Amino acid sequence: MGVQKTALYDLHKSLGAKFVPFAGYEMPIQYKDGIVKEHISTRTHAGFFDVSHMGQFFLEGDETLVDALEKIIPSDLKSLKINHSKYSFLLNDSGGIIDDLIVTKTNKGFSIILNAACKENDIKHISKFLGKTHKYFLNNDLSLIALQGPKSVEILEKLIPGVSELKFMSGNNFSYESESLYITRSGYTGEDGFEISISNKKVKNLIDFLMKNEVKPIGLGARDTLRLEAGLCLYGHDLNEKINPVEANLKWAIAKKRKEVGGFNGWSKIKDLLTNGSEKIRVGIKPEGKVIARENTKIFSSNGEEIGFVTSGTFGPSVNRPVAMGYIKSEFSEIGTSIQLEVRGKKYEGKVSELPFYKKSYVK
Amino acid sequence: MSEKKFSKKHEWVSLEGDIATVGITKHATEMLGDIVFVEVPDAGKSLEKEGQAAVVESTKAASDVYSPISGEVTEGNKAIADDPGSVNGDPEGASWFFKLKIKDKGELDSLMSKDEYEKFCKENPN
Repeated sequence: MGVQKTALYDLHKSLGAKFVPFAGYEMPIQYKDGIVKEHISTRTHAGFFDVSHMGQFFLEGDETLVDALEKIIPSDLKSLKINHSKYSFLLNDSGGIIDDLIVTKTNKGFSIILNAACKENDIKHISKFLGKTHKYFLNNDLSLIALQGPKSVEILEKLIPGVSELKFMSGNNFSYESESLYITRSGYTGEDGFEISISNKKVKNLIDFLMKNEVKPIGLGARDTLRLEAGLCLYGHDLNEKINPVEANLKWAIAKKRKEVGGFNGWSKIKDLLTNGSEKIRVGIKPEGKVIARENTKIFSSNGEEIGFVTSGTFGPSVNRPVAMGYIKSEFSEIGTSIQLEVRGKKYEGKVSELPFYKKSYVK
Repeated sequence: MSEKKFSKKHEWVSLEGDIATVGITKHATEMLGDIVFVEVPDAGKSLEKEGQAAVVESTKAASDVYSPISGEVTEGNKAIADDPGSVNGDPEGASWFFKLKIKDKGELDSLMSKDEYEKFCKENPN
């Protein structure tokens, strides 16, 4: 399989994008303005992100479908109302995270947004748990556009009346140029915003409208700084198959009922960790000064004991300081604990910090 | 100050007496993107030609800055360490990285002129 391109590739090119290979796709890492300006304009106005490389996966079936999915997804899918979404994971036998995802109840079953790098493997994994009557398909005819930032609602409402009524983590079908499209109020930046699932044919028209409303294109670079300020995990960095949701400090994403009753992959391990705590846990990290502690930076206690490692680190333009996340021995995870970060062979002071670094403004 | 000379690693150097001023080029800053961290050498540090001398980080990645000439550092530019973003504004002027007392002026001969450097950048866009 060669390098893949999204339906908007030519548009990105015309907007001066710098491309990088990402999960088998040529994706824009930044445009002419650069990462910091793109980041700030998302936080102060609105930006659009082409996330069409992500998997838009659809499942259809009778009432047995939900039982099948609940074996690998620890959400309370049975109680999920139509058009409501949950952040969750696909779990392996030992409770490790195969992927993190957003699952939405649809009138025919469920739709799931999968990470681009994981989607093929995810589908293999999911299909093992499905029955003969369950249908599933990845829809490659659809693009996915994230519109994020405080002005998103005002701008999108002009084009698609009714979107302002959506609450965070819910969605609906809307009509646009005689096509049906699906919009959820969600995102990956810590801002209010939407994710718009639209046909590859119509996506260019949508983008033209957004750009007329001064919505800037935002690349993967700013997507990373925005999500990290918002304390959100990036699969393959902060999460992987050897990390479980308790260690990842994401136990809130396991439904209360499911924590008690179980019946999903890795439950015995997860149940034990929920009771006794895990050896290591994901925390926020604020390096002192300006030094950036990037992925794989070793973390030491103030006594010099090696206690963990950084999984994501960058400079946060909105908080105007370096920020990081990583895994640390649980006894050092209290907020405010002094730690040391080894960067280029030199140790720098830092502190365990609350997440998110940047406070969100979701519409509930 | 002498005319600037340029290295293949995208540093510039200009000479005044036996004191060389070193920085990174406009082209380098355009490749790096938004600069968010700079570490400059302390006075007294001895640097070899093409040896690691300073660090510059953008939102994307960390890069080493090499000294295009040997010598002893007389001053690191603290202003850019305090305000790394200023390097994007004036990389070939106020946002120099360090000054050093050079040993051998002849080392400059292997560096490129402005025209040669511009040609080099065109031929090596990345």
